[in-house]
Amino acid sequence: MSAPVTGISGVAFEERGWIRSATRARILGLLLIALAIVVIVGPSLWILMNSFKHQISILSGAWIFTPTLDSYKDVLFSRRSDFMNGLYTSFIVATASTVIVLVVGTAAAYSLHRFRWAHWVVAGFLGWTLAFHVIPIITMVGPWYLVFKQLNLYDTKTALVLTHVAVNLPMAVWLMMSFFKALPPEIEEAALVDGCRPLSAFWLVTLPLVVPGLIATGVLSFIFSWNEFTIALNLTSQTNATVPVVVSKFANDYEIQHSQMAAASILATVPALLLMFFGQRFIVQGLTMGSVK
Amino acid sequence: MVRGQRRRRGIVDWLNATFQHWSLLPAVLLFVLLTLYPIANLLRMSVSTIDFMHGSEVWSFTPGRNWASLLSEPALGPTVINTLIFVVVGVVVEVILGLGLALLVGSMTRGKGLMRTLMIIPILIPPVAIGSMFKLMFNHDFGLFNQLLAVAGIGPVSWLGSTSLALWSVITVDIWHWVPFVFLILFAAVEGLPGDVLEAGRVDGATRWQLLWRVALPLLMPAITVAVLFRAILAFKAFDEVFLLIGGGPGTSSELLSLHLYKVFFEQNQLGYGAMLSVLTIVGVLIALLLGRRLAAGARPA
Repeated sequence: MSAPVTGISGVAFEERGWIRSATRARILGLLLIALAIVVIVGPSLWILMNSFKHQISILSGAWIFTPTLDSYKDVLFSRRSDFMNGLYTSFIVATASTVIVLVVGTAAAYSLHRFRWAHWVVAGFLGWTLAFHVIPIITMVGPWYLVFKQLNLYDTKTALVLTHVAVNLPMAVWLMMSFFKALPPEIEEAALVDGCRPLSAFWLVTLPLVVPGLIATGVLSFIFSWNEFTIALNLTSQTNATVPVVVSKFANDYEIQHSQMAAASILATVPALLLMFFGQRFIVQGLTMGSVK
Repeated sequence: MVRGQRRRRGIVDWLNATFQHWSLLPAVLLFVLLTLYPIANLLRMSVSTIDFMHGSEVWSFTPGRNWASLLSEPALGPTVINTLIFVVVGVVVEVILGLGLALLVGSMTRGKGLMRTLMIIPILIPPVAIGSMFKLMFNHDFGLFNQLLAVAGIGPVSWLGSTSLALWSVITVDIWHWVPFVFLILFAAVEGLPGDVLEAGRVDGATRWQLLWRVALPLLMPAITVAVLFRAILAFKAFDEVFLLIGGGPGTSSELLSLHLYKVFFEQNQLGYGAMLSVLTIVGVLIALLLGRRLAAGARPA
């Protein structure tokens, strides 16, 4: 633990060396951080730049060009682009699944946290959601495909909403449970002693206290649903293609439309970025809370 | 009026009395219908052959045939190995870079908030958009990487076209995408390091290096374990970027398990065989999860 002290002169020498190396370390550290910023932000900026190019200046790799909005116009308004339709589908699916996830997930989290369930109920529920959360989603898409075909729900928004609920519900339950656990139990106990009934205690006392948790869960659930690709790719055809599916079509078409692909990628990211500026504090809390607890 | 009120009160009473049960019920129902039932179906599919005739499915019970397909498929071994390389290399590099960055930013006196904001961006971009972004950047003729290499006088590299490089290109994208996530977890842990313990070490004459290795790292170990577990799970599930970058890729050289499952299910239409591969995958993941949890429990400070 403690470094050997080799006389006063030795200490002084050590100290001077330490200071010099500290300055050098600080400069090196700042350079590394600057490098990290360039690496993180660079690709997005490069794509942003390319989305304002014509296909021809992308192909020639030009750095100097006249910016144009043509690719955006093409992605949004051209008749051969499904992007608008995708925006509509994605918005409906993400909103509906988020609302269901919030209601069902919060109720379940509260129930597991607050009431005395038999041990096997809690362990079974949490164990199952954990197991379901870790398996690759592509393994579920096959059976879902068959089930929804049988129910005549293939290529419907209903199928997407239901599957997105299933995928995001585990996260919602765990997040909300950790928010409920963070509350001091005395608050609700006091309300119950004062004659509040269980339902009112939940609705009027506890729920308002976990609003930050609801926002974090809601924002994350919306973004995950908005970004979800594996299920949407395989459970929909053209009519109900979501934004990610449309973006992938630009990239995997026989003839890749590079500028449209760049513009579509940028457009697909806008909602998530807006939500981030709106609720950044809650998102960070949600992302890290779910992992630490 | 009075009767209506009484009935309403009766409903409220009933809701209060059964609050515990109906609050959990919807979630249980959803999980049974949307996960338990399909997984049961998956087990049934895994021992069957499913053909589509005139728009309806015909099931036949052929457990032997699916196992025979498994043993006779040459692509499966490389696919599993590729997936393991993808997960292990990706996660190790991400944790090292994420930890380094968390320590660096943690020692900054200002700008921490800005760094955190920047680092959320890659997590929020749709993976599909990240896939197309890098598809452009990896492009052989006009991509950013080959443009930069050309400045250095190095000839164009076929990042996604060559069988030996494609896997590493995909790993690079995964690292770019997820270092920020590891950073966020570990940065929270670094900020939570007890200042007095570090100060005591410093007063006792520990060098920076000793402080890092002997004091900070052991304290950060639980968070690092969590980051590793989280990332390993997500890396194993990776599909979107892989599909975009090498979906039609060079043969099976860089194929990952999730992409392979997709091809078996939806390109070759072998639902039965795909289901069997899925069941094996799920069993493997669950075993890994149990082992990981045990390891994580061991890493927790006593």
